[in-house]
Amino acid sequence: MKPLLNFLEKIEPDKKKSPFLHTLYDGFFTFLYAPNTVTKGGVHLRDGMDLKRTMITVVVAMQLCYLFGTYNIGHQHFAAIGEYTGFIEGFHLKLFHGLIKMLPIFVVAHVVGLGIEFWYATKKGHPIEEGFLVSGALIPLLMPPDIPLWMLALAVAFAVIIGKEAFGGTGMNILNVALLARVFIFFAYPGDISGDYVWVSSIVKEGQEQFAAPYYASSWLDFHGLLHQAADWIFGLFNLDTFSSVQEAKSVVDGYSGATPLALAKEGGWEAVTEKFSVAQMFWGDMPGSIGETCKPFILAGAAILLATGIASWRIMLSMVIGAAFTGLLFNAFGEAGTFMAVPWWGHFYMGSFFFAMAFMATDPVTAASTNTGKLIYGFLIGMVGMIVRVLNPAYPEGWMLAILFMNVFAPLIDHYVLEANIKKRLSRA
Amino acid sequence: MTLGNKTIKTAALISFLFLAEVASAQSLGSGNLSTMLMWLVAILILLALLFVGDSLLKLEAKNVGADKNGENYSILPNFKEIFRPKVPDFVPSENLHTLSKGYDLKLEGKASSIIDVHNTATTFAVKPPDFRGIAPIPKMLVQIGDSVKAGDPLFFNKKTPEIKFCSPVSGEVIAINRAEKRAISEVIILADKEQTYREFGQFDLTQMNREELVGFLAESGVWPMIRRRPYQLIPALTEVPRDIFISTFDTAPLAPDSNLFVEGREAEFQKGLDVLAKLTDGKVFLGLNGKSQPAAAYANATGVEKHYFHGKHPAGNVGVQIHHAKPIANTDAVWTLGVQEVISIGALFTKGRFETDRIIAIAGAELSNPRHIKTKLGASIENFVKQGLNDDAGEVRYISGDALSGTQIEANSFIGFFDDQITVLQEGNYNEMFGWLLPLAPRPSVSRTMPGFLMPNHEYRGDTNTHGEKRAFVVTGQYESVLPMDIFPQHLMKSILIGDIEKMEGLGILELAEEDIAICEFVCTSKQPLQAILKDGLDMMLEQG
Repeated sequence: MKPLLNFLEKIEPDKKKSPFLHTLYDGFFTFLYAPNTVTKGGVHLRDGMDLKRTMITVVVAMQLCYLFGTYNIGHQHFAAIGEYTGFIEGFHLKLFHGLIKMLPIFVVAHVVGLGIEFWYATKKGHPIEEGFLVSGALIPLLMPPDIPLWMLALAVAFAVIIGKEAFGGTGMNILNVALLARVFIFFAYPGDISGDYVWVSSIVKEGQEQFAAPYYASSWLDFHGLLHQAADWIFGLFNLDTFSSVQEAKSVVDGYSGATPLALAKEGGWEAVTEKFSVAQMFWGDMPGSIGETCKPFILAGAAILLATGIASWRIMLSMVIGAAFTGLLFNAFGEAGTFMAVPWWGHFYMGSFFFAMAFMATDPVTAASTNTGKLIYGFLIGMVGMIVRVLNPAYPEGWMLAILFMNVFAPLIDHYVLEANIKKRLSRA
Repeated sequence: MTLGNKTIKTAALISFLFLAEVASAQSLGSGNLSTMLMWLVAILILLALLFVGDSLLKLEAKNVGADKNGENYSILPNFKEIFRPKVPDFVPSENLHTLSKGYDLKLEGKASSIIDVHNTATTFAVKPPDFRGIAPIPKMLVQIGDSVKAGDPLFFNKKTPEIKFCSPVSGEVIAINRAEKRAISEVIILADKEQTYREFGQFDLTQMNREELVGFLAESGVWPMIRRRPYQLIPALTEVPRDIFISTFDTAPLAPDSNLFVEGREAEFQKGLDVLAKLTDGKVFLGLNGKSQPAAAYANATGVEKHYFHGKHPAGNVGVQIHHAKPIANTDAVWTLGVQEVISIGALFTKGRFETDRIIAIAGAELSNPRHIKTKLGASIENFVKQGLNDDAGEVRYISGDALSGTQIEANSFIGFFDDQITVLQEGNYNEMFGWLLPLAPRPSVSRTMPGFLMPNHEYRGDTNTHGEKRAFVVTGQYESVLPMDIFPQHLMKSILIGDIEKMEGLGILELAEEDIAICEFVCTSKQPLQAILKDGLDMMLEQG
C-alpha cells in the first residue's frame, strides 16, 4: 500500500492556493489513512478510539433499518393497491421501488449536508468533522418516502447551517441536527409530513379517488418512470414479474386509508388499531410510517449494538422506557375505554417511532444531558413529554421528535442542577 | 464481627424472593379470592416483620457504635455489598476503599523484579523546571568547575532563600544549561567514584521544636521533596498542613514495584514517617495496595493511618487516595510525598546525611532487558538505555515518568526529580490504512468497539500515534467512567476553557493534579489535551490567589 500513500502525498493540493480542495483532500486522506501525528505533551499514549470510529459504529447500527425501510417502501405501496400482498411476494419489484425512492433521499441529504460541512470547514480552516456522518444517515430514515427532494434539501441546509454551524460545528449544537431537519419540514410544509396519505409512496389522490401513480414515464424528464422502464427491461431478461404486470394506475383496495396505527389510535383507541394491524405486524414493522421507524426488532438490534459497544448511554434508553411506561400507566388510570388514553401502556411501544427515537435520537451525546444523573432525568422526561404530546396533543399523534427537541433545550439546565449539587457537596466539606 | 457474609446474605435474599414469587403465583392461580388475600396478607406480614427486625438490628448496631466503619449489620445485603469485588485476605475490612472505576493500561515490557546495581550513571542533574512555582532563574550557589559534596546546596529560589536545592552526589559541577530567556534548565554534576557527604550530625527528634525541624529540612535539601496540594508546590516553611498523604503503590502503566523501595530500608522509612508526623497537626495517611500484598514495612508502619485501595489505575495516585480518605476542602493544604522521598528524609536522621538513593524502573516493549535499577536522584539515563534497545526497535521516545503523565526527555538526558521510572515507547509517526475503521494492529483501548476488551489481560506494545485527530468534546460520560472520584472532569475542563474560576473551584480543580486526569486524557475520543488544560486552570487559580 506504500505506492498509494506516496501517490496521495504527492498530489496534496496547496493549502493556501486552493483551500477548498485541500480541505476535501484532507477529508479524503484521513478517511483512507489514520494520520501519522504523534502525541505531544500530556499523555504519550492514546486510546485507539476516535470520533470517526464512534460515528461509524452508529451508522453501522442503523443499517438494518435501512434495509428494512427500503423494502418496506415498496411493500407498503403494493399492499395499498392489493398486489403482492404477501411480504416477500414480488420481492424484486418492492426492493427496486424502495431503492429508487430511498437513494435520491439519501444522496440529496448527503450532498447538501456534506457540501455545507466542507464549505464551513474550508472557511474556518479546520479539518472536516464527522458529525454529519450520523446526521446524514439518520435524516433519510426520518422522512416519509414521498418527500419532495427540494424540501429535503432545504430542511437539511437549515438544520446544518442554523442548527449546527451557527453554534460552532460538531459537538457545539444545542438541538439534534437530524430532528431539526425533520421539524423544519413539519412546521414549514405540514401537509407533506403528516396526515394519512404521505406514509405510503406513489399513491395519488384525486378527489375521493386514490390510485397508484403511473410507473412509466410520460416525458423524458420523468426520472422515476425511466428507471421503472429500465428495470422492467432487466427483469424481463430474467423472466421475472415486471411493473407492467400490475394494472396501470390501479386504485387502492377498498377501505384502505393509509393511516398509521397512531392515527387509528387517535380516532378509536386500541380497538381501532388492532382491527387493522395485529401486534405482531406492528412489531415486525409491516405498516406505513417514516422510512426507518417501523421495524422494531431491527431497531432494537441497532440499540443492542450501541449498548454493547458502550457508544450510546443505557441510562437514557432505560429511563426513557420507564418514563414512557409510567406516563402510559397514568393515562390508563384516567382514560375511558376506546380513547387514545386507554391504549394499554405497552401498546405505545408498538406504535410509532418510540424505539427509533430511543436508540438513535435521544442518545445523541452532544445534545443530551452530559452527567450520568442528568441522563437518567433527561431520558425519563423525554419519555413523559413524548407520551403527553403523542396522546394529549389534538393535532398530531406522535411526540418523540418534539419531546427530544424540547428536552435538548433543557438538558443544560438539568446538568446545571446536577453540577450545583456536586459543588454544594464540595463546599459543605469546609 | 459482621452477621454472615455477603454470599449467605445474597443467597437468603434470593431464596426469599423466590418463595414470595411461588407463594404469590399460587395465590393468584387458586382463583379463590379469600385464599388469595390470605396469602397476600401473610407475605406482607412476613415482609413487615423482616424489615422491622432489620431496622432494629441496624439501630442497635448504631447505638453501640459497632457500625463505625460502615460495616453492614443488616440481614439484607446492601447494593454495594453484592457488587463488591472479592478482596484478598490480607486486606483488613476497615479503611478499605474499593474503587470500581479506572483502567489498567497494560503494556509489554514490565520491569523484572531484579534490581540492577552494576549499571551506574556517571552524571546527575537537578532541573529547576521540575519544581512548580519557583522562578525560572534561581540564585546559583555554585559555578562550573566547583566540586561539591552530596548535600551541598546548588541553588535556591530567590523568594525562599532558606529552602536549598542540594546536590544528590559528590563530584564536579560540569555544566549549567540554560533554556529560552536564560532560564536555567539543568545543573549537571559529574559524580566522584567515591562518594563523600556533607555531614549534618545526629539529631534527636524529640528535642527539636517544629521550627528547628523545618529549618533543618530546608537547609539539608529534602524540603523540595515535599509537594503541597493543591497546585503541587513546594510548601512554604510556615505552612502547617492539615494532613500528609503517602501512596505506597503505583498503578500507572509499567510502574516500578514499590515493594522494592523499602527492601532493607524499613528503618529509614519508619523514621521518615515519624519526622513527617511532627510536621502536621493532623495525621499521616498511608495508602496501601488492596490488590497485591504490600511490603511488611508498609503494612506494619506505625504512627500512621492506613487506608487500603482496591482498584484499577489511578487508584495508586495520591490524589485519588486523598479524595477517598479525607478530601480536601477549599481552604485546606495537604502535603504529599513518595515512598523514596520519605526514605531520604528518614536517612537524614538515621545517617545524618543527604542520601538520595532511588530505585527506578526502566521499562517498555522496545527494551531488551526491562528492569529495576538502583541509582541516585537525577541520574543520566544514557548508560541505562544505551545498547538496551531491541534490534527491531525503530524510532523511540524516552519518557521520564509513566506513559500517561511523564515528560519526554532525550536519550542523554536526566530523570526528573519526582520520577521513579523511565518508559521507552515506539514513536507512532506512520499512516495506517483505514486505521480508524479496522485497527489492524492491536492497540490499547477502553472502547468495546475494539476486540481488545475480550482479552483484558493482553499486554500491548503501544506507540505514540494519536490514533485520530483532535475534535470538540462530543462523547460524554467517558472521563467519569475511568476516574474514581466524585468529579465531573468534562464540565471542569469546559469551565477552565471559558475561565470561570468560581466554577472551576466548585467542581474540584483543587483536588486534581495532572497525573490524576491523565487516564481521562488517554481515553478521550476527541483527543483533547486535558492535562494541559488542567495546568492552565491551576495556573489561573494560582495567579488569582
